[in-house]
Amino acid sequence: MRAIRVIPCLDVDAARVVKGINFVDIRDAGDPVELAAAYDAQGADELVFLDITASSDQRDTTVQMARAVADQVFIPFTIGGGIRTVDDARRLLMAGADKVSVMTAAIKRPVLVTEISREFGAQCCVVAIDARRVNGSDDAFEVYTHGGRTRTGIDALKWASEVQRLGAGEILLTSMDTDGTKDGFDIPLTAAVTAAVDIPVIASGGVGTLQHMVEGVTDGGADAVLAASIFHFGEHTVADAKRVLAANGVTVRPPN
Amino acid sequence: MGTVQAEGRPLLAVLDYGIGNLHSAHKGFSQVGADTRLTADRGLIADACGVVLPGVGAFGPCMRALRAAGLDEVAMDRIGAGVPFFGICIGMQMLFAGSEEAPDIDGLGVFNESVRLLPDTVKRPQIQWNRLNATTEHPMLADLGDDAWVYFVHSYAADPGEEVIATCDYGGPVTAAVARDNVWAAQFHPEKSGSTGLRILSNFVAYASAAAKVVA
Repeated sequence: MRAIRVIPCLDVDAARVVKGINFVDIRDAGDPVELAAAYDAQGADELVFLDITASSDQRDTTVQMARAVADQVFIPFTIGGGIRTVDDARRLLMAGADKVSVMTAAIKRPVLVTEISREFGAQCCVVAIDARRVNGSDDAFEVYTHGGRTRTGIDALKWASEVQRLGAGEILLTSMDTDGTKDGFDIPLTAAVTAAVDIPVIASGGVGTLQHMVEGVTDGGADAVLAASIFHFGEHTVADAKRVLAANGVTVRPPN
Repeated sequence: MGTVQAEGRPLLAVLDYGIGNLHSAHKGFSQVGADTRLTADRGLIADACGVVLPGVGAFGPCMRALRAAGLDEVAMDRIGAGVPFFGICIGMQMLFAGSEEAPDIDGLGVFNESVRLLPDTVKRPQIQWNRLNATTEHPMLADLGDDAWVYFVHSYAADPGEEVIATCDYGGPVTAAVARDNVWAAQFHPEKSGSTGLRILSNFVAYASAAAKVVA
């Protein structure tokens, strides 16, 4: 049985959750532990923390955050953002993160993927790929960095295959065309990447309705669906998402 | 053997053989009321009323590290002494005779079967929650409710044998949990399986605690 995972994504800056989380029952909307626990209670299958801390001096706070979350929340979580070396990965994994996600550093030095995978196992090595359509085409996609601003000239489908070969356990795929639009996942991109690799693919970028999540799975072939704002503002709970997925014939772990 | 402290927190030794991220198991058992120590200290392990063998990554490196730390013999000694013992993920796989992942390295051989790559008809690794299908009644699986889901991350799984107590469906039945006498083991990660997983850890703490009291 293949069960699709629903994954809320939280942006953190110096160990505080940012980008306006707006749950009714939350006392401290910036507390990663409290938010993680709330999502666990809603039935989230995993969590992704995207570390946008600009200053490298403050990276220790991210390690402390990983420790605090792992102390109190007993579902898997990934930390991505700013991981450049095996040592960066080690500190987060030792603190209790289950996986680390690498992007820019892997583009600069692809062997980093192999190093992390060999050292800690492929299961904890996620490679994040941010991609855009080439001139609006629906069958050619280019890898971008820096929030979709910087072109790399790398073909996204070739890069997906390459990171699998290098030892990635999973791909976190974000369309920089649809991210933030609430128009739904880029289905041709998602379908092309899921067809290109054998490892699980997490679809990200553009979820505006729960039906978009269904499409990511049924049309895009995604193994997991990631969303941020649709959950953060209390519009929908993870449990709502799972009910809609299940009603559309997608197998999910039932919410509590 | 077996220390239950005055405040009723049973001492659990999580075997520390120097590989990364063994902390989650430690934290999970602490959460359900055990006095949990990540340790390689022989004295402390001998005092513990339960021993936990975690493991992440790959079979070969884990088995080599366990032997290098001399904790393979310690584990076998505690198992032989009847101390409640819990293997998790690669920690479960190491209890078997060997693994296709590292054919030249022997496992601990507590269970006779081997560990094999999942079929190529499914995505590997299995990274997902999956439903536990109990194949027999066992205290590990007590009070989980009718529809218990747990979190799996693995590419290899143990061949079925008499010790199987639960499977999951992933391209066919896959060994999810095994038990014989004082040895329990799970392919999935109970410490990452939310309230269902914490119940499983709590079931083990209750077993270890009760076993220590009988001996005392």
